[in-house]
Amino acid sequence: MTAPAIEAVDLTRRYQLDGVAVEALRGVSLRIDQGEFTAIVGPSGSGKSTLMHLLGCLDRPSSGVLRINGVDIARLSDAALAELRNRTIGFVFQSFHLLARTTALDNVALPLVYRGLGRAERRARARAALESVGLGHRMDHRPSQMSGGEQQRVAIARALVGEPKVLLADEPTGNLDTANGAEVMAILDRLNAGGGVAVVLVTHEAEVAAHARRQVHVRDGLIERIHLRDGLAEDGAS
Amino acid sequence: MEAVNATEALVMAMEALRVNRLRSVLTMLGVIIGVLAVVILVAIGTGAKDEIERQISGLGTNIILVVPGRISLGAAPTQSKLGLADVAYVRRVVGDPSKVTVSLQSGETVRVGRTEVFVTVIGTDQNLVNIFERPVGKGRPLSETDVDTRRRVAVLGSEVADRLFGDLDPIGRQVTVAGARFRVVGVYATVGQTFGLSRDQEIHIPVTTAQRLLGIERINGLAVGASGPDEIDPLSDRVTAALRDRYPGEQFSAVTQTALLGTIGSVLGMLTGVLAAIAGISLLVGGVGVSNIMLVSVRERTREIGLRKALGARQRDILAQFLIEAVLLTTIGGLVGILLGVGGALAIEAFTEVPASITWWSIALAFGVSAAVGVFFGVAPARRAGRLDPVIALRAE
Ligand SMILES: Nc1ncnc2c1ncn2[C@@H]1O[C@H](COP(=O)(O)OP(=O)(O)OP(=O)(O)O)[C@@H](O)[C@H]1O
Ligand SMILES: [Mg+2]
Repeated sequence: MTAPAIEAVDLTRRYQLDGVAVEALRGVSLRIDQGEFTAIVGPSGSGKSTLMHLLGCLDRPSSGVLRINGVDIARLSDAALAELRNRTIGFVFQSFHLLARTTALDNVALPLVYRGLGRAERRARARAALESVGLGHRMDHRPSQMSGGEQQRVAIARALVGEPKVLLADEPTGNLDTANGAEVMAILDRLNAGGGVAVVLVTHEAEVAAHARRQVHVRDGLIERIHLRDGLAEDGAS
Repeated sequence: MEAVNATEALVMAMEALRVNRLRSVLTMLGVIIGVLAVVILVAIGTGAKDEIERQISGLGTNIILVVPGRISLGAAPTQSKLGLADVAYVRRVVGDPSKVTVSLQSGETVRVGRTEVFVTVIGTDQNLVNIFERPVGKGRPLSETDVDTRRRVAVLGSEVADRLFGDLDPIGRQVTVAGARFRVVGVYATVGQTFGLSRDQEIHIPVTTAQRLLGIERINGLAVGASGPDEIDPLSDRVTAALRDRYPGEQFSAVTQTALLGTIGSVLGMLTGVLAAIAGISLLVGGVGVSNIMLVSVRERTREIGLRKALGARQRDILAQFLIEAVLLTTIGGLVGILLGVGGALAIEAFTEVPASITWWSIALAFGVSAAVGVFFGVAPARRAGRLDPVIALRAE
């Protein structure tokens, strides 16, 4: 078997709020294998987003070890971390986070700017990514000229354009209606099944979570249990 | 990983400035005004210096003015003890009598019929026209006989002739100078101003006549013409030494064009420097404005910065982005300021009495300083942007 794409060992994350320490994560261990589809579920405030940010190298843990492709990120420089975010991980946010005055095509091409690719190649790749999410006809639209579902698909195209190993999506359907949500999930399914991209998503909705082979239940900063679709249960505290 | 392409970064920065057009222009305004001030004030300072140097050179070449007392800036003029006997003595010292001329000045009213003008009356001799290269336009200059026989004859500056006689030919006509009647024998060609005094508003009469008219025995000073630039210093030393021999304990000064140019040049150079420094302060204030706006911009675009980092931007990509924006603000402001400054200086030169001459060093300096101001004042906001934590930035609303 190949090395896990992401491996977290006993991660904790403490926040200081007015001198009081808030423990958002209290020791989480989790493995994300290549090509896997995982859903993270749990009540509000349980630490799901905090965990996602750690997995995506947007934040550093207070303690514990995080390995991406087998490399401990604690030892990585800012530039090396940036490269990881750029090449290995694709992020999709609940609130899209598109640049407002920029076209769909340029939004999607943005990660490639930081890879130092030339304009022509960036545009070609961004076009292909937009077409793969069914937005070939929206290239020159700005976010304000698109529906929420379309904006989230642009955000997915942006996460895909760099051909990441892992796609991290924090409530990608949270701001969408059922139809648009279903469309977004169909895209994620296709990516995972067809493209071999590991998908990790946070959701509140059981239907959305049902797309995943594995559901990780988080409560109070700890993994409560892990539930596999095939009916088997993994030991959460391992 | 490859760095972000430089032109790419420039395009991105341009775009950011374009999006906030009004704010960018207002921010640039500080820099524009600063650079404009530097270019125009230095142009005026330099123009004044050029103009004064031109006027001094216009006095004639290789002239040594000998005056009693010690000449220094701010010192009151010394009471003269020199008389015509001393002029004869200096003529013997110099060797060539035609190389020495004399001056006795007084402001007097001159009248023709009912027309009265106030002019500078200068008592002098036949050598003035050669030493000062003062061409006579009409009639003749003063002659040796005029001086020896104390004739009441006058040579008019061109402006005096115009105001007194208009279109009439003044030669042979009478003018009343300080109550005494004089016959006009010549009119000088137009020569222009020195130090704001028009030399076309002078009347020259024989020095002997002037002494009698004004009731004084003394003269104000004398001028010696050197035969070449190399002779100026030794000759002025010889003349002042000879005069000190004659009047032990007295001081005499020789003023040469070179010395005058040097003194005035350094004073005006200092003035130009002060003007440039004042203008430079306004440029600095413009820089503080840039810094301020960049900090606001970083705060406003926190989420954008977080997103860019999440997508793979390194600290130094973000730092470069904001630094380029700041430098672009100040250099574009600098260029606009230079254009306006050059335009302003040309307009001042063309439409006002104030001389202005554009100097390339001031333009290069203004541009260099505005670029440096961008770097200097852009660094703090840009570093702050670069250090933003992606997750904090993304959660910020
Ligand atoms: N920057 C922060 N400073 C202080 N406390 C924070 C910060 N970010 C998160 N927290 C706290 O950490 C805990 C976990 O937050 P997190 O956003 O991970 O929850 P979540 O599971 O994503 O909730 P939701 O389902 O509402 O999105 C919460 O109690 C939250 O208040
Ligand atoms: Mg959350």
